[in-house]
Amino acid sequence: MIVVIDYNVGNIRSVCNAFRYIGCEVKLSREFEDINTASGLVLPGVAAFGYAVSALGALDKQIKEIALGGKPLLGICVGYQMLFEISTEHDEHKGLGLIQGSVIPIPPGRKVPHMGWNSVRIPEDMDLLAGLGKQKNFYFAHSYYADVSDSDARTAYTDYGFDLPASVQKANIYGTQFHPEKSGQAGLKILRNFAQICERYTGKC
Amino acid sequence: MLTKRIIPCLDVKDNRVVKGVHFLNLQDAGDPVELGAKYSDNGADELVFLDITATIRSRKTIVELVEKVAENVFIPFTVGGGIQTVEQVDKLLRSGAEKVSVNTAAVENPNLIAEAAKRFGSQCVVVAIDARRLEKKQNKWKVCVKAGTEPTDIDVVEWAVKVENLGAGEILLTSMDADGTKAGYDNQLNRAVTNAINIPVIASGGAGKLEHLYDAIVDGGVDAVLMASVTHFGNYTIKQMKEYLGNRGIAVNL
Repeated sequence: MIVVIDYNVGNIRSVCNAFRYIGCEVKLSREFEDINTASGLVLPGVAAFGYAVSALGALDKQIKEIALGGKPLLGICVGYQMLFEISTEHDEHKGLGLIQGSVIPIPPGRKVPHMGWNSVRIPEDMDLLAGLGKQKNFYFAHSYYADVSDSDARTAYTDYGFDLPASVQKANIYGTQFHPEKSGQAGLKILRNFAQICERYTGKC
Repeated sequence: MLTKRIIPCLDVKDNRVVKGVHFLNLQDAGDPVELGAKYSDNGADELVFLDITATIRSRKTIVELVEKVAENVFIPFTVGGGIQTVEQVDKLLRSGAEKVSVNTAAVENPNLIAEAAKRFGSQCVVVAIDARRLEKKQNKWKVCVKAGTEPTDIDVVEWAVKVENLGAGEILLTSMDADGTKAGYDNQLNRAVTNAINIPVIASGGAGKLEHLYDAIVDGGVDAVLMASVTHFGNYTIKQMKEYLGNRGIAVNL
């Protein structure tokens, strides 16, 4: 069972709905036991970074520990940004630090927020994005982005006047800046891929 | 490249989608959940649900509706109509809406925009502006509130700049003069606003032909076009709109 971390931020329900729609068992929870026994974790997020971090509270240590233990973790939007070390949105806030990099404002010279469907170039070696061809449109809605500096991370980019990291994968840790749960069929495919990654992980255990 | 968006707007009253002209002669247009899913399957980039009753009683209904829509619609959707507090915003986002749209309450209490943006992020705060041209031939527009029934002294362009500074993530700009005419969007209005701000603008009011969409994007400089009523564009599918725009060199999500 996939557990979506319930930490009191907006629009968590959509992620659960999307997993249910594709036939996955999913639970919204912040209980230690659920998080511990889950086949995979999803850290969603519609919130400002600082608010999301404080809402996550003491859960951050547990999530970090479990992710470092090998359990698949998928961060979405602000949940994805929280995988990184630091963000400068409304003052400086620390993230989980699972992937090296910092969350910074989208540079001037273009509209902010980056809002709408943008085309993501899909590398061959990212299993979260498997089966989607060479590029696909996904729905973005954000004003800050993760400047990835981790040499162990693989990154898929979108073009927003510069190469903006759209999805990152580092071992069992996955993240998408865009919203797979709001990106139609292509987004649902990503969630199916994640569900399969979780199944493979449970199979191994 | 970021694509231009096509956004159908569904007016909701008593849990049904209604169609009418200027809120008059309302006719039943179907079930919001079914229509939302249909538009989503047919290639809409986003949806807007507008609670046109916006009473205390309807607010509970709209939350339940948002929950049902969210179970079946996997594209972003915005909910608007009568939203006055951060708690209401929270409830709607939690129910599955991607964004909320505020209008009258933002004019009465601009701090609502700042509070919502700080807590939920700018990307989910849409400010709807109903604009009425001051006089014919003059490029000045005033903000109207309460579903367009009450004019204010606020200049539309100045208001747009102010809400951007307060943290709004997007502007849904409706021309009250063009609304319902099917004669095209007011692209002087659209251009005046898009030139003044740096957040995305959705054009609304006046769509009748495919070329109107192109004109709003090219002449008006908008990022998205909204069809204010399900009837306005009954002759075209979303796919046709996108193919038309794509053939004329506009980036669309096909």
